[in-house]
Order: sequence, then structure tokens, then C-alpha cells
Amino acid sequence: MTDLTKLTLAEARDGLAKGDFTSLELTEQYLTVMENGREMNSYIVETTDTALEMAGKADGMIRDGRATGMTGIPIAVKDLFCTKDIHSCASSHILDGFKPKYESTVTANLWQDGAVMLGKTNMDEFAMGSSNETSYYGPVKNPWRATKEDGRLDEGDYVPGGSSGGSAAAVAGDLALAATGSDTGGSIRQPAAFTGLVGMKPTYGRCSRWGMIAFASSLDQAGPITKTVRDAAIMMESMASYDGKDSTSVDRNVPNYEHALTGDIRGMKIGIPKEYRMDGMPKEIEKLWQRGIDWMKAAGAEIIDISLPHTKYALPTYYIVAPAEASSNLARYDGVKYGLRVEGDGLSGMYKNTRAAGFGAEVKRRILIGTYVLSAGYYDAYYLKAQKIRTLIAQDFSKAYEKVDVILTPTAPSPAFAMGGKSDDPIAMYLNDVFTVPASLAGLPAISIPAGLSSDKLPLGLQLIGRAFDEETMLRAAHVLEHAAGFAAKPKIWWGEK
Amino acid sequence: MEKHIPKYIPKYIQGATGEWEVVIGLEIHAQVASEAKLFSGSSTKFGAEPNTHVSFVCSAMPGMLPVINEECVRQAVRTGLAIGCKIYLRSVFDRKNYFYADLPQGYQISQFKDPIVGEGEIIVDLEDGSTKTIGVERLHLEQDAGKSMHDQHPTQTYIDLNRSGVALMEIVSKPDMRSAEEAGAFFRKIRTLVRYAGTCDGNMDQGSMRADVNVSVRRPGAELGIRSETKNVNSIRYMMQVIAFEARRQVDILEDGGEVLQETRQFDPASGTTSSLRSKEEAHDYRYFPDPDLLPLEFTQAFVDDLARGLPELPDAKRKRLINDLGVSEYNAAILVAEKDNADYFEKLIEALAHKTNKPKDELATQAANWVIGDLFGALKKTGKTISECPVSIQDATELLVLQIEGTISGRIAKDVFEIMLETGKNPERIVEEKGLKQLSDTGAIDVIIDEVIADNQDKLIQYRGGKDKLFGFFVGQVMKKSQGKANPQVVNQLLRPKLDG
Repeated sequence: MTDLTKLTLAEARDGLAKGDFTSLELTEQYLTVMENGREMNSYIVETTDTALEMAGKADGMIRDGRATGMTGIPIAVKDLFCTKDIHSCASSHILDGFKPKYESTVTANLWQDGAVMLGKTNMDEFAMGSSNETSYYGPVKNPWRATKEDGRLDEGDYVPGGSSGGSAAAVAGDLALAATGSDTGGSIRQPAAFTGLVGMKPTYGRCSRWGMIAFASSLDQAGPITKTVRDAAIMMESMASYDGKDSTSVDRNVPNYEHALTGDIRGMKIGIPKEYRMDGMPKEIEKLWQRGIDWMKAAGAEIIDISLPHTKYALPTYYIVAPAEASSNLARYDGVKYGLRVEGDGLSGMYKNTRAAGFGAEVKRRILIGTYVLSAGYYDAYYLKAQKIRTLIAQDFSKAYEKVDVILTPTAPSPAFAMGGKSDDPIAMYLNDVFTVPASLAGLPAISIPAGLSSDKLPLGLQLIGRAFDEETMLRAAHVLEHAAGFAAKPKIWWGEK
Repeated sequence: MEKHIPKYIPKYIQGATGEWEVVIGLEIHAQVASEAKLFSGSSTKFGAEPNTHVSFVCSAMPGMLPVINEECVRQAVRTGLAIGCKIYLRSVFDRKNYFYADLPQGYQISQFKDPIVGEGEIIVDLEDGSTKTIGVERLHLEQDAGKSMHDQHPTQTYIDLNRSGVALMEIVSKPDMRSAEEAGAFFRKIRTLVRYAGTCDGNMDQGSMRADVNVSVRRPGAELGIRSETKNVNSIRYMMQVIAFEARRQVDILEDGGEVLQETRQFDPASGTTSSLRSKEEAHDYRYFPDPDLLPLEFTQAFVDDLARGLPELPDAKRKRLINDLGVSEYNAAILVAEKDNADYFEKLIEALAHKTNKPKDELATQAANWVIGDLFGALKKTGKTISECPVSIQDATELLVLQIEGTISGRIAKDVFEIMLETGKNPERIVEEKGLKQLSDTGAIDVIIDEVIADNQDKLIQYRGGKDKLFGFFVGQVMKKSQGKANPQVVNQLLRPKLDG
């Protein structure tokens, strides 16, 4: 049998529909390559039995003519999503042994449509990180490695980005056909850029947050990490839904996103924000961006220079708002009800011991920052001011969208970096999100598309930011950009049996 | 009818160095009467086995989200309307962050800067007949915490999350009260209003209502003093003890040249004293911020108007109506309206009486009110029952009063019949029938009795006819006695006079 793990989601869907192969055959192939790829550490849990059972059911759906775009498609699920009776720990020690008695709305939607769960993927602890090095389960290795000047592959490991690093590595290494991710400040888009994939964050409110382990509630959104824009469109449609159990979920019809991929963007207005041209930006990123502009122009789009004047405040604003919410969201992990408990002297002793042992350094840092910015006497200067700036950032975008349909920017200021390269410097790490956080703060949909390779042959991504709830225009533009870029590179396999 | 209301006179505490004024503010926590909790579908039923009314949301499972229970919102608005407060069409839920074992989320969802209900004021009646207006600062919605049980295990604490997430209304007064009596009157008035509105059952013994009591003292008219806050006081009697104790404690400190500390205190019912729980320095920094899981709570004026139309007649209006339309005395009216169930009983009784006797209500009201307050409440008090457990149905009560009004039995016999009704549960007509208690109005029969009495008391008759008019009463008494109280006193009067006068 041919290697089914090289197919895209859309190709697999069509193959399943035509009866070229079954979901069980497809799933079994994935289970084999997953075993071979374990040193990547992209999966925390492989749900082999569940996968086979779901594949069997999916084949039944296909036979009965009840198939949807996701039926029979083997996917990986970020450990942030609660999956019933299956390990759901957000890669944190403090949730040791936690198996929820409920299924997140997003994954329930996917299973309803017949998708097949291969396992739970590694991530930065509680989605806090941009390199997947903060996981309690160890760092994830990027399937991509830099190519040295002599043409040989670097023997050192590279980070896959974060926080959805396990999901990105699994898809890039062909250990899953697609994966769910979650994006708070760039946690889908940046790892997608680092691994040569498509990563999409929909408009805030498009996907239900019910059953997603919360990091920063006003920013968290689920989205797909896939090989192509078409795959993202198919998977997004399944994940998105209005959910009465999430008060911030928005009651709007979910369109057929795949229909939006017409290949025609003639007359579409693409905004180029001057503030994203930052000091010290690597030349190759700037060049890639220019190439992206040229491709869009060549496809008949109109390029319009725009200004998003408050962009430079986005990163500091994000690093006040997100930790503030996180400091409160993570208060429930106290050793009383579930997960880790380390006994101590009385209640406060138990709290201290449990939280000291259960949270990693980055999570502690953000809890401390968040607690500080909400404290009496500091609230106005930090949290309140950050909320005001957040409003201004959203207004920047609203104004821009009076003139343009989508905005084109780089996804990240650099390609994937060597493991350990930035882990001692939180500020350098936070700068990874500089292009992704503004859309998060404004709640806008955004997508990263693989657009080229760096000088040392690592993937680079371009980002498109859309209007609120207009994922369709954004996807149409992304589809055209994807084809113009023609990114076809694959990582050279260094793992498992070669 | 104009009535003289005594002027309000402030009451001061006499210290060794002069007079002191005590200043009191209350934060009343009233549990919202609702089937489900504020942000989850779990039941709010009291008295269930521990941890049986707990959802994934109220146990703060990862990824669980709050969704507002609209009925709780309606109840808060109804309460605000009943108290006469401003209703805000937009309010915000905030998180109040602190760690405790029975607070599963590590924060309480409350309303901090933008509550659902704003300012208002209520008028309370004081014992000397005067009234006082007391301001309400605000009312906001919040979640209750669970319960820590320290007595189940020698070294461990058990947690019951049944209460976790139950909706509370925190009603904050202005610091307008100046005595324990005023604070008690304010609390009772709020309890009366929430019971009328049907928004809280007001059962303090089940924890449905409790108060944090803020007390400070000052020289009359001076700036406000430093206050103490005594938490979770769960009866009106305790609340008044807290105020008395705190006022005295603070006066003693100040008169000894000391300073009152701003602190949180707790009440010990056994000793009737308060003790320090934590000082200002140890006070929690709650790090309030808007809950990002919830959108601002918004509704229209039409929604509020609709709820206002659905409210029942409130106690102040009802009292006015009882006095002005039915001629019930001020005193009786105040007693009747204090509990909605009492007022309802009275009004149903009046309705039934008017129907049965074809008399206007205002002719019947005084007698009915006297009976309800004197006889019925007296009997309930003796047996420790409330009106909702009343053993006398409206129908039986009506029958009893009709028997009296129509002259079938006398007032004295009516009291006996009522006793028998309470003992046996039988209806009054049957009791009168069985025991032969019907009033004797038959002139022939009464004539016979009168003749016998006169015959037996010839000496008294001579004295009467000799000018000792007062003996008339003696003869009436004898006739009544001989008739076992059944003779109709009016008929006796009519027949006796001519016979005695000869």
C-alpha cells in the first residue's frame, strides 16, 4: 500500500470517499509512524485503541453515506483540550493523573463529524511559551533542522515553536494528518510558521472554549494546524460552533469555508502595516514579506499601505492582560480537588508545596506578573491601562478595515531557533509573538501560511489577518498566497528508523 | 386621617467622659430563591447529602465556564425594585480572588464596580413610634462558597460544595443606623421585602440570610470613627449583641486613650463577644477584575418594567390600604404586614367573611384583625408554629367569625370553640352543634330563666327596686350563668329590665 501519511487532509477525504482506502488503514499507518517518531516527543499520550475504534466507526459513516469533511481523518489533539476519560493535563505536573469526565465542545464537534483521535500532543505548560520547552513532559523537537553551510543537517535540535509545538511537530513530521491547537497570543500561528504548516486562529467567539483548559480567557481560541489552507478550511468548519455553555461564544452561522477558496482575489485590498517593519528585523523576513506583497499584487489584489499606530504597545499589553487572567484562572489548581497534592503544614502549607512542585518556572513567572498587575495600587497603572490600550489596538484595526479587506504581515520575526537558545531570556522569547499578539488582542482571525525557507533552510511563514467573523475572505487570500509561494519543502527525516 | 408620629430622637451611649454615638452599616447576604445556582444548573435545595448538588462548573473542573442563570438576574431586579432602588441596565461580573479550600475556583464571581442595583432607601418603624429613613448603597449578585467541615475527622477538614455557586444578593446599607434597634429594624424590613418579592426565603437558621456588621463610634456629630467589621452574623439577636458589644468595646478603648483598629472580627454566640479575625494589614488583596468568561450583564428597561408589574403589593402600600380602606388600626396593620403570609391570611379571611355575611369589608376588618392577632397569633405562638403551618383553615376561621357576627354564639363561647378547634381540628359549626353551644335568643326560654333567677333572688329584687340600680348587672350575670353562657346578652337585657322594674 502507498504511504498514506503523505496525503493532505483533502486528499485523504477524497480517497476515503472513493473507497481507495479505509479510515482503519489510514489510521493504522499513522499509529505505526507515530511509534517511529517518538523521539520527537510530540505526543504525550497515544490513544491507539480509541483511534482504531473511532476509525471503525468512521468507516461505517462513510459506508452509510453520512461522511463529512472530517470523517475518518486521523488527527492529534493538543493536551489543552479536555477529552473524556483521557489524560488532559495541559502538559503540567499540577494536573497529574487528571482524566476529565467530559469532552470539550471543539473535540466533541470533531468526533461528531467522524474524526479519529490519534493521541494528545505535547505543549508548553498551560500554553505559556513560544518554544514548547516549558512542558512538564519535556521539550518537543522540531522535525526541521537547519542546514549548515556545508549542506549537512544540523545535529542539534530545533524548537517547533509554541505553545502548540507538539501539534505542529506531529503534523510536520507526518505523525498526524492535522491537529487541534489553541492560540492565545500566537500559539497556533508561530509553531505553524516554524514547521512549514498552515495554522489558523479564528475570530474570538467562533470556537467554544468550553472544555479547553484556560490560559487567558479573553484571548484563548481553538484552531487547526494543517498541511494546507484547504485542510484548515475543512477542519475549521468542523471545530467552530456556537455553544450556550460558553458565554463568549458567538451565535453566528458557520459557513462552508472550503467554498471560499475560489482562487480569485482580484480587486481584494491587502493592507501592509508600516509599524510591522521593526528595527532589527532579519533581512530574510523583510524579503519574504516583500515577496508576499508581490505575489498578491500579481494575483490582482490591490496593495494599500496602512498604519496601525498602537502596534508597539501590543506586546507589553499582552504580557499584562494574559498573565493577569492566567493568575486567576490557575488559582483552581490548589491540590484540593484533583491533580497533584503535596502535603504540608496546614492548608497554606499544602497550597505552597503543591503549587511550588506543580507549576514550572514560566508558569510561576506569569502567575507572579499577573498577581502583581492586579494588586491594589498597581491595577490602574497596569491592568486598567492595558485594557485601554487593548481598545486602541482594536480601533486601529477597525479603522484599517475601512480601507482594506485583509492585512499581510510576517508571522514571526525569525525562523525556528536552536533548542535552549532563548530559554534563559524571557524577553527574547516573548518577542517571538510580536507580530501575532495584536490580532489576538483585537480578537481577529489570523492565519499563518508557509511561504519560504530561511538561508539555513528552515520554514518561514506569512500571516494574514482578517476582519472579525470574515474568515472566508482571509482564507481566500491565504489560499492564493499558498499557491503563489508554492512551498513544497519537507523536513529531512532524522528520527526513528531511517 | 392625620396621626401624630413622634419625632425621631437619636440615642447616645453614655461613657465615662461623655456621650458617644454608634454608627452602624450592614452588608446583608440574602440567598436568591432559585431552583438552580447562579452560573450552573445544579440544584440549590437545602439539606441534601454533602457534594450531591455539584456540577463540573461548581467544582471548578478545568475548562468549565460560567453561564448566568437568568432567573437569578430577575430575582435581583425584583429585590431592587421592592427596596425602591435604582436598577442598572448594564452591570459587570468581577472576580474576587482569594484562596480557600471551600472556594474551588480560587475566586468568587461577584460584582464590584458596576453592580446590578444602585441606591435606594427604606423607612423603618422604631419602638417609640417614630420612623427613620435608612439608605441602601447597592445590591449586587455573587456566588456563595462551599462549606468547610472541621468536625468530621480528627486531623482533616472535609469540604461540602453543595452551596458552592449558589446565588447571593449582597445588600449594602449606608452607615445610617445609630442603634442596635435601628439595625434590627432595617434587617427585618429587608427580610420582609425579600419575602414579599419572593426573592429570598429569609430563613436565617438555614443560612438564607446573614449579615456582616460594621460598627464604629464617635462623639455626636463628629467625623466617622474607625470601624470594625464582624462577619457572618446569622441571627438578628446576635446582630444586636454584636453592636452592643462592639460599641462598648470601642468606647472603652477610646476613653482609655487608645485607638480602634480597622479589622475583621468574628462573633462567638456562646459568650456574646467578638474577637479579632484579621487586621487591616492582614486583609486580603482581592485583585478584583472583570471576569473574562462573562460578558457584561445587559437588559432593557422593558425587562425591568415587566418585572415591576409582576411584583405583589409591597408592605408599605398594603399597610396604608389596611388603615385607610379597611379601618384597621395602625398597630394591627403594622403587625399584619410584617410577614406576607400573615397579611395574606388576614386578607383571605376578610374576603371570605365579606362574601359570607354580605357586609362591607370595613365593617368586618377590626373584628377579624383582632381575632387574627389576638386569638390566632396567640395560639400559634403557644405552639411555636408559623402561619404557614396554621392548623385553622380560612374556611373554619370564617365560619367561627360568622357564627359570632350572626349572633349564633357569643364572643366568650367563640373562644371556647376556637380552643376545641385547635385541639380536635373539627370545624366550628360541628363543635357548636355537638356541644349545644348555640346562643339562646328564644325569648320564651330566656323568660323562664329570668323568672327562675328573680324567684331565687327576692332579697336582691327588693334592694334593686329600692334604688340599687347596680344590681342589674348581677341579675344579667345570674341569667347568663344559668344559661351556661348561651343566652344572647342583648335579649337578656331587653327582657330583664321590664321584669325587674315590675
